[in-house]
Amino acid sequence: MRMKWTSYPYILWMIIFIVVPLALILLYSFTVGEEGGITNLRFSLDNFRRFLDPKYLDVLWISINLALKSTLITMVLGYPLAMIIAKEKPKKRNVMILLLVIPMWMNFLLRTYAWLTLLGKNGFINYIITKLGFAPLNLIYNDRAVLLGMVYNFLPFMVLPIYSVLVKIDKSLIEAAEDLGANKFEVFSKVTFPLSIPGIITGITMVFMPAVSTFVISRLLGGGQYMLIGNLVEQQYLWVGDWHFGSAISIIMMAFILVTMAITAKFDNQKEGGGGLW
Amino acid sequence: MDKTHIIDLKNISMEYDGTKVLDNINFYIRKNEFLTLLGPSGCGKTTTLRIIGGFEKPTEGRVIFEGRDITNIPPYERQINTVFQKYALFPHMNVFENIAFGLKIKKVPKDEIEKRVKEMLRLVNLRGFEKRSIDSLSGGQQQRVAIARALVNEPKVLLLDEPLGALDLKLRKEMQTELKNMQKRVGITFVYVTHDQEEALTMSDTIVVMDKGQIQQIGTPVDIYNEPENAFVAKFIGESNIVDGIMHEDYVVEFANRVFECVDKGFEKKEEVDVVIRPEDLEIVPLEEGQLNGVVTSVTFKGVHYEMIVKDGNIDWMIHSTIMEPVGTEIGMRVLPENIHIMKKVVEK
Repeated sequence: MRMKWTSYPYILWMIIFIVVPLALILLYSFTVGEEGGITNLRFSLDNFRRFLDPKYLDVLWISINLALKSTLITMVLGYPLAMIIAKEKPKKRNVMILLLVIPMWMNFLLRTYAWLTLLGKNGFINYIITKLGFAPLNLIYNDRAVLLGMVYNFLPFMVLPIYSVLVKIDKSLIEAAEDLGANKFEVFSKVTFPLSIPGIITGITMVFMPAVSTFVISRLLGGGQYMLIGNLVEQQYLWVGDWHFGSAISIIMMAFILVTMAITAKFDNQKEGGGGLW
Repeated sequence: MDKTHIIDLKNISMEYDGTKVLDNINFYIRKNEFLTLLGPSGCGKTTTLRIIGGFEKPTEGRVIFEGRDITNIPPYERQINTVFQKYALFPHMNVFENIAFGLKIKKVPKDEIEKRVKEMLRLVNLRGFEKRSIDSLSGGQQQRVAIARALVNEPKVLLLDEPLGALDLKLRKEMQTELKNMQKRVGITFVYVTHDQEEALTMSDTIVVMDKGQIQQIGTPVDIYNEPENAFVAKFIGESNIVDGIMHEDYVVEFANRVFECVDKGFEKKEEVDVVIRPEDLEIVPLEEGQLNGVVTSVTFKGVHYEMIVKDGNIDWMIHSTIMEPVGTEIGMRVLPENIHIMKKVVEK
């Protein structure tokens, strides 16, 4: 393929910001050496072997489990929401989308901090509960709080792609299905839903990927002891200083995401030609 | 043709946000006829069709189907199927699945579905296309799939919303004949919407001419062409010269500063009327024999005939004739009394 010279800046950009970091991570993951240095590296699979320790596999399992749960919950909540929005008239639709997106204008960290003050021991919700004469609840620093944080933060990423697919479905297809004898439920199961699968796939991708690798939400809402795969990487890089092991975990994570995406893309490709990512 | 009514539309009115798009529509559709709703865009013809199909509820009025009021019955419970303007084929299904959709919903046994879909594909000349995806079909083929998908359900009435609009001229002509033949073969009532008057004239048993949400005329193609009831119909169906005239008494009309014998009566004395003369009914004659005369100002070759504009005072007559008179020639024109159509002036509301 011939490339125009105008594409060079982009290629340069991609090399600096994508290819080089990836190459470095790959390099670190397959080597051992002194802390932070790039000299004196020895090839080794130790980093990967180390990950097979049950305590790390546990972390991986918890991360995947939580990410799957949050993806499922955002889907169950997001699909009807996307449908409701898509059914509205354009004016109302835009307002609803705006309301959905406005929280995203705020800093991600702040948004998550806000939940601290809501869920905390002396937080808003417990304040009301105690005022009503009940004992305060343990709302924070557990799985449910992390899950809540994920669902809250990633819901728009599920709703938007599904919405944009739904809103583009030709209304006459719905009418054609009704015309051919399909009731509301059959119209949904045989026409609307199959046609919205590309949106669902994109939604799953957009939620699952950040959910499985998040470390901020788990740090803030899960507490200091809470460990997800993202926290593990963060810990290895920033506190332990073992870039090699940190890189290896990242590579394992990437491979895992790659496989997941390939599987979801298979579903997509069965029906529609050419999926988003593949 | 069967005389029984299959559908009756009674006093149908429709309003969208305060604007009236249908104003007291009344007509009936007979069993097995090919009825066309004809009119310019925005005349309410598609809305009328959608009301019959059940996609819209009229603000007022009733839809009667075989004697039963179906105004409030949803589309999926009507024995009516529709061929949509842009076909509305399901993109996630192949040709077979598209056509089988209605039968599957009705839980028809698998082998019967197979048989009926095959039969339909033969009817629309698409044998062997079962596994093809919708995107891989041409406009004409998609059109046929859409027709097959509707007809396979053996509806009592088939609604067609400008189904040939997206096809090129040649294909459109072919499909016109094909549709008409199909309708005769399957013996189903067709309700057809179009803005193309030629299409309406070729295919229909009955034409309902609509404008501004009102019915202008109902009749056979021949009636509508030869005896347009008002200036709108005359102008919309074929080409017409429409000039102002005054009715002196029964059978006597004055226009273009001359008095003519005609075949119409029942107007008031000195009533102002519209006089309609078809361009092919103006005969070119030598100057001294002409009832009317004028100077040819333009000539256009139209294939079968020439179209000439003849200036006569402040009237421009359009003439269709196989004889060509060059620009600048002064010619005479004659018109037979039965070809002068007198119409009441339409009072603009």
